[in-house]
Amino acid sequence: MCLAIPAKIVELAPLPDTRALVDVVGVRRYIDTGLLTDDPPRIGDWVLVHVGFAMSKISEEDALDQIRVLTALGEEDAARVEAEGYGTVLPSESP
Amino acid sequence: MKFVDEFRDAAVISRVVGEINRLADPSRHYRVMEVCGGHTHAIYRFGLKDLLPKNIELVHGPGCPVCVLPMGRIDDGLAMTHQENVIFTAFGDMMRVPGTHGSPLEHKARGADIRIVYSPADALRLAEKNPDRHVMFFAIGFETTAPSTALTLMRAKSQGIRNFSVFCNHVTIIPGIRAILDSPDMRIDAFLGPGHVSTVIGCHPYEWIARNENKPIVVSGFEPLDILQSVLMVLRQLRDGEAKVENQYRRVVPWEGNRAALKAIAEVFELRNYFEWRGMGFISQSALRLRDRYAQWDAERQFSIPGIRVTDPKAAQCGEVLKGVLKPHQCKLFGNECTPEQPVGALMVSSEGSCAAYYNYEHRKALTNIAVPV
Repeated sequence: MCLAIPAKIVELAPLPDTRALVDVVGVRRYIDTGLLTDDPPRIGDWVLVHVGFAMSKISEEDALDQIRVLTALGEEDAARVEAEGYGTVLPSESP
Repeated sequence: MKFVDEFRDAAVISRVVGEINRLADPSRHYRVMEVCGGHTHAIYRFGLKDLLPKNIELVHGPGCPVCVLPMGRIDDGLAMTHQENVIFTAFGDMMRVPGTHGSPLEHKARGADIRIVYSPADALRLAEKNPDRHVMFFAIGFETTAPSTALTLMRAKSQGIRNFSVFCNHVTIIPGIRAILDSPDMRIDAFLGPGHVSTVIGCHPYEWIARNENKPIVVSGFEPLDILQSVLMVLRQLRDGEAKVENQYRRVVPWEGNRAALKAIAEVFELRNYFEWRGMGFISQSALRLRDRYAQWDAERQFSIPGIRVTDPKAAQCGEVLKGVLKPHQCKLFGNECTPEQPVGALMVSSEGSCAAYYNYEHRKALTNIAVPV
């Protein structure tokens, strides 16, 4: 569970909502960028996601490497299952 | 080289391995502990052990949150499912971990309302959708995971969601490392520091290991090349008689960590005086609990928790394996009574547990070799 999943930011909710729509191993899900408030990601940025929260911003090259590692570790399916488990709808309440 | 060849940096990897071989002093035996279970998994999966000279021993550390959780805490968490109306939620990793009367999955089969979530935020969403039920989230994890639980609790508070609570089992990595260094039967020359924990805590918290214990520590990424480069950096320090904190995983880990994440942890959690780690006993100030201002969302204060203490089966040597004193296959139960299909200890459940990693990659490989006629 300590392996992080790379995701690309597709859409950002209007502030102060920190949720973002991301493309993560081929599926689109909502994650939370509330732990990156010091350096908020923009659309098109890559982030490392752990349990539904973006932990850090990374370069596209590193993101693609990380996807290769997940595949080689046999964790790509687990990553996809996890990503699919994240929310598909943006809850109406703002944080 | 089979697994490593799949990687684009096969040539760089051979160069690093060559350099490691050149630097390793044949008259020395090196014991390098990888603290993080993610590293353990990668080391076995990529067969990195086979690339290193025989006198460099990789010792598997305690950095697997499922593995260090004592069985009593699982029983305590499951006890809450007997309360009417409670939905028990946990990460998938927890589902097969044995409690005294079976795993969460087995309790589910017997009718308890137990659900897998992939994020603490999902557990909170479940509470919103089920205002007539109480959703309890069984939180585990080191500093990588604690900020997400913290932020979720901050949301629960600001949105006034009352039918949600957290059973907090978050642990902190530094006291675990300290316990290993204090253990009399342990001799470690250097550490590979956990990659993703360090995105949160940064590199400063490791400085005492270098300064006071005089041991090198290199924060490492998870690719084969990352791990090998980190071993090389450790060897360079040992050759030069140095002991410092180095950051091999700079592309992800900032030296100062993630301030927003640390702030969220500090807002919601405080250190417990002590907490039991499986096989390692009680370690002081090694875990987090909810602060008073979050008491309303603290499952330990909202429910009566039995506070169960369970002695691990005598024959199981999870503690020795967790501390790196024994290799997985040296445990009496390994591969016989304890397998990934029928786990006795949590180290055999999680893919990051050293027993499961060893079983899946080394043990099965050996079995296959025997099965195939030459």
